[in-house]
Amino acid sequence: MELFVKGRDLVVPGDLLASGDYLLGEGTYKEGENIYANILGLVDTKEQFIKIIPLSGKYVPAPRDLVIGIVEDISFSSWSVDINSPYQGVLGIANATDRFIDINQEDLSKIYNIGDVIVAKVLNVSQSMQVGLTMRDKGLYKLREGRLISISPTKVPRVIGKKGTMVQLLKYMTNCRITVGQNGRIWISGENPNIAIEAIRLIEREAHMHGLTDRVKTFLEEKTQKKVSDIPLIEESGADFNV
Amino acid sequence: MTVQIVPQIERDSIYKLIESGKRLDGRNFDEYRKIELDIGVYKRAEGSARVKIGNTMVACGIKLGEAIPYPDSPDEGTLTTTAELVPMASPTFQPGPPDENAIELARVVDRGIREAKTIDLKKLCITPGEKVKSVFVDTYVLDHDGNFMDAAALGAIVALWNATMKDGEKLPVSKKPIANTFVKIANKILLDPSLEEERVMEARLTVTTDELGNIVAMQKAAAGFWTPEEVMECVRIALRKGKELRKLLK
Amino acid sequence: MKKKAKTKEKEEEIGLEELVETKEKDVISEEPVKLIVKGKRLDGRGFNELRPIKIEAGVLERADGSAYVEYGDTHALAAVYGPRELHPRHLTEPQQAVLRVKYDMIPFSVGDRKRPGPDRRSIEISKVTREALEPVVFLKHYPKTGIDVFIEIVQADAGTRVAGITAASVALADAGIEMSDLVAACSAGKIDGEVVLDMNGIEDNTGEADVPVALSPKNSKITLLQMDGQLTEDEFEKALKYAVEGCKKVYELQKAALKKKYVAATSATEGNNNQKGSE
Repeated sequence: MELFVKGRDLVVPGDLLASGDYLLGEGTYKEGENIYANILGLVDTKEQFIKIIPLSGKYVPAPRDLVIGIVEDISFSSWSVDINSPYQGVLGIANATDRFIDINQEDLSKIYNIGDVIVAKVLNVSQSMQVGLTMRDKGLYKLREGRLISISPTKVPRVIGKKGTMVQLLKYMTNCRITVGQNGRIWISGENPNIAIEAIRLIEREAHMHGLTDRVKTFLEEKTQKKVSDIPLIEESGADFNV
Repeated sequence: MTVQIVPQIERDSIYKLIESGKRLDGRNFDEYRKIELDIGVYKRAEGSARVKIGNTMVACGIKLGEAIPYPDSPDEGTLTTTAELVPMASPTFQPGPPDENAIELARVVDRGIREAKTIDLKKLCITPGEKVKSVFVDTYVLDHDGNFMDAAALGAIVALWNATMKDGEKLPVSKKPIANTFVKIANKILLDPSLEEERVMEARLTVTTDELGNIVAMQKAAAGFWTPEEVMECVRIALRKGKELRKLLK
Repeated sequence: MKKKAKTKEKEEEIGLEELVETKEKDVISEEPVKLIVKGKRLDGRGFNELRPIKIEAGVLERADGSAYVEYGDTHALAAVYGPRELHPRHLTEPQQAVLRVKYDMIPFSVGDRKRPGPDRRSIEISKVTREALEPVVFLKHYPKTGIDVFIEIVQADAGTRVAGITAASVALADAGIEMSDLVAACSAGKIDGEVVLDMNGIEDNTGEADVPVALSPKNSKITLLQMDGQLTEDEFEKALKYAVEGCKKVYELQKAALKKKYVAATSATEGNNNQKGSE
């Protein structure tokens, strides 16, 4: 077992990472005994486990993901939803609301219309990449106002932060409501969403760099004239980008 | 072009902001995004320019050659303007021959150059009725972030002024037409629409003016309408902003 | 490729600098151009030397991935969109992504203006470029989607297809598309009886052979190979060797360009940059 790279090394597709018995995560593939990177990204390794954190790439839906979607089309008993992915989401009437919908009596566009923005959850993803969505869960609803931005889905974990600490920081300092979709869409609502948006862009640009949390704190303090008081923020520690 | 659905809340946010006198990117209503001009960068062209307005990027090149004159202008050189909205510029651009937007772009850029009498086409005559010089203006939109019209028009005129013929002589250009594009949103007039503003615009108007204060070309686009007062306001702003942009041709 | 004879007079009396200056004039005379003078090529390069190469990743705003590449005076721009929904729908494949490549030359990229739009040459180059990239892309990871690669040649001085492939590979990586390897490409050829690497325009126009090659460097696997001209078996073997070595050098530059894009961001200072407030 041999490791040829270390954590946070920037690798390109085809770079040799290791050889031997490793548990492979995303961004890697094996050829014989050798393990290679298959995307542009940063090495993340812990004991027997190796994966590559992507720096770019599209959102691929997974069950239980919270996503922010835009209704694109309405058919007889479902809505087609753009979830910022190569795969379109489908919201069937059975999963659309908590109440019963009578297709024969109701106009589906009055429930969700084309152009409506919804916070939904991915229910299932079939073998043939049909993505089923649901709105029947706590915290899922149609957004009626506010600002919507898109970031690279690969940076979402950094915007959320460990145990949600980064997004809490943003919400507290800017006094905005913020919902982060796994698909890279972020909704911001409040009196002054611009500062939150700028901070999120900062995170997106510098997601892979050390000391990001401190830079974001400094930025927010400067812009909002508030002090980051004692919210229990856990210091970032190296390569763990996951929530 | 394929259509992307604009989320209603985005439309609403932009409208609200504009009603309160603000734009999404903080610009004034009559302010251009940052303009970058690289002159003569395409060496195989006889004249060229690369223009960036914000993130919108257009490459313009002049190719000179010889041609048979048109029968109705036997002693004039030929001027042909083309435009391509290449698929790499936007997820909404499809591969294929120029669509109505690309053709409109080419014709509006051409109109500005031609009606301002930018090039003295008679000086491009070699043998009347038989051989004249030909001028091709090719504009390629490579990155679309709104208002490729003004970027292409600016690139074309800069490239024409940059052009030299095979014998080392400059192309006989004497005018500097400048295009300024406006959109109407929430009954307000905005100059140099960003991509987000174009997606929610009610109407668009391009006004091309020359350095003598003449209006030489206009084009209204999109499904909404302009009042005569709004049009005159656009003209006034265009005459002023045209002067500003013309300084870039120094 | 068309081989036009560009010639000039009295080459024995003219020094190297003047040879280079007069190459653009279309003066027809009896004597062929000498492409190798005193053991060096007209631009001073050795036989096995690449032109100065510049590679930049992430140069466009809208595209999912992009790259700009220069091989001397040949300049190529590549952009990738994908994986994304495929239109028209009937082209969708259930088990994998469909890779589409469109190679195009801008009218003012060449001396004699090229009419806009695809011609037979562009269509062939689009096909071989796609087949140069397909072997490394993990298409099966993206079923029922399309991955579109667009290449625009903004300035041509020979070697446009290999510059395009090199740019496309960087653009694919920049877009975060899963691949087993990058693909690097370059051309070898023969001029004045000598096998050389990376011919420029004047060398290609009067040269005796052209061998474009693309390589997946990890295990030296060739993904593009074409040839036109006349070469003996030994000459071809030498050309292939030069090209494979050249590709490996290009590969190092591709890696550096991708890393540079992110390292540059790493050493950026606080977010004082002027930026748009939203999407």
